[in-house]
Parts: sequence; C-alpha cells; structure tokens
Amino acid sequence: MIVLSKEKLPIQREQDVVLFRNRIKELATKIGMSLVNQTKLITAASELVRNMLRYGGGGITYLEVVSKSSIPGVRLTFADEGPGIADVTLAMKDGYSTGKSLGLGLPGAKRLVNEFDIKSEPGKGTTVIIIRWKNGL
Amino acid sequence: MERIPILKMGPFLLVTIQVDLYDRLALTLENDLINMVSKTEAKGVLIDISAVSIVDSFMGRILGNIASMSKIMDAATVVVGMQPAVAITLVELGLTLSGVHTALDVEQGMELLRTKIGNLDTDEEGLYDSFI
Repeated sequence: MIVLSKEKLPIQREQDVVLFRNRIKELATKIGMSLVNQTKLITAASELVRNMLRYGGGGITYLEVVSKSSIPGVRLTFADEGPGIADVTLAMKDGYSTGKSLGLGLPGAKRLVNEFDIKSEPGKGTTVIIIRWKNGL
Repeated sequence: MERIPILKMGPFLLVTIQVDLYDRLALTLENDLINMVSKTEAKGVLIDISAVSIVDSFMGRILGNIASMSKIMDAATVVVGMQPAVAITLVELGLTLSGVHTALDVEQGMELLRTKIGNLDTDEEGLYDSFI
C-alpha cells in the first residue's frame, strides 16, 4: 500500500468534529469516491471520533489518501490516550455500551468501511484504523 | 450559543436543519423542541433533514427521542427529506428509526401530520362527501 498524502488533525472539542468531517469529504471527493461511500465513511468516522472524545478525552486523527493495486482509498486513524477498552470483543458487539448510547458506534462503524482495525490497551489508550476504498462495496 | 430555529405554523412546529449537526447542537434542539411543544400545545412536529449529509447513531437517537417525547406530549413527529445515501448508511449502521414517521418531502410530511391529527377534519370531509 502506498501513502499518497497524510495530515494530522487533533480532536479536543466537539466543534473540531465538523472540521474533521469536512476534511474527509474533501479527500474522498478528490479521489472520486461515490456519494454513498463518502456518506458511509464520514458516518463511521463520526462514530469513532465521538468515542474518542467521550471515552478517550480527545486525541489525534490522521487522514491519509492511500493506494493499493492503483485503487485509491481514504485511511483514517483515531488515536487516544484514554483508559482503553477492557474487552474489545464485547465492545464490538451490537447493542453493548458502557455509556448510555445505543451501542452501535463500533460495530456500526465496522460495517460501514472496508477495513477496520482496533487496538486497545487498558490504561494506555485506543487506536482505531479504518479504510474505505474508492469503489469498495 | 448556536441554535436551530423552530417555526410555529398553525398547530405544527417546523424545523429545517441547514447545518451539519454536532452533538451539543442536536441536544439543544431536542430540548428546545420539547419545550416548544409544551408551550405552544403543538399537535405535530415536522423535521426537515434534506440538507443534512450525515446522520450517525447519536443524531438518529436524538430523532427517535424527539418522536417519543412528542408522542408522550400528544404531538406526532415526521422526519422528511432524508437523502438516499443517508438512508442507506443508517440501515447499514443498524439504525432503523423505528417509531419515527417519515415522508419524502415537506409537502407530504405536512399531509401526513394533517391526517394524523385531523380525525375531526376527515369526519367533516366524510360528511361533505356523503352530501355529494
């Protein structure tokens, strides 16, 4: 996989989320991603960035345009130094939430993207990486 | 503080969301709407989301909350104008918005609200029809 561009955007407040979403839209439009795929990617990103703010106390996001077998995609990284997730398997289940939410955030985000990777260590933080390919189903 | 305006039109409240929502703005809207329903004794709430490009689980929950709260306050809620890409994404996300009435556009939404609260009106129309 080749990284064509990379930028860093810290997320500390809710208002940062709007800027973050707009920036993803710009990148996705630039590589010619369809509107439906853009919407899925931004919605997934919105879920993950909320988790980062709510549970991780904010963090850093990386927005990258990547390419694999000359198919472009957008890769997003969400890294926080929050308390981490004690049981990642449980957190990935539909309807499970330690907060008052619907528990759709993590499993829902996974369904909306082509590649999803989560690493979490209690006490150290959580990192989620997602990729949506230009024409990925 | 940023707020989404709520318009009163007869027995209905009208909300057109023209900006991308962040969580606090959505929560403020939920709060404002329920207070308005109580203050104006509105019978219906119409929320136009045709300019909204992203509805995630939080925003979806807020829409559901508004519908349930309004129902308890004796008002019907209709969400109109959802973009096709948003509908596709919501279902894939796992959010079906059960309990929220929807219509394709404002006109059809208003029609739906009228039929929901208009038992009296329909009766009159029925009467009128039978005269013809």
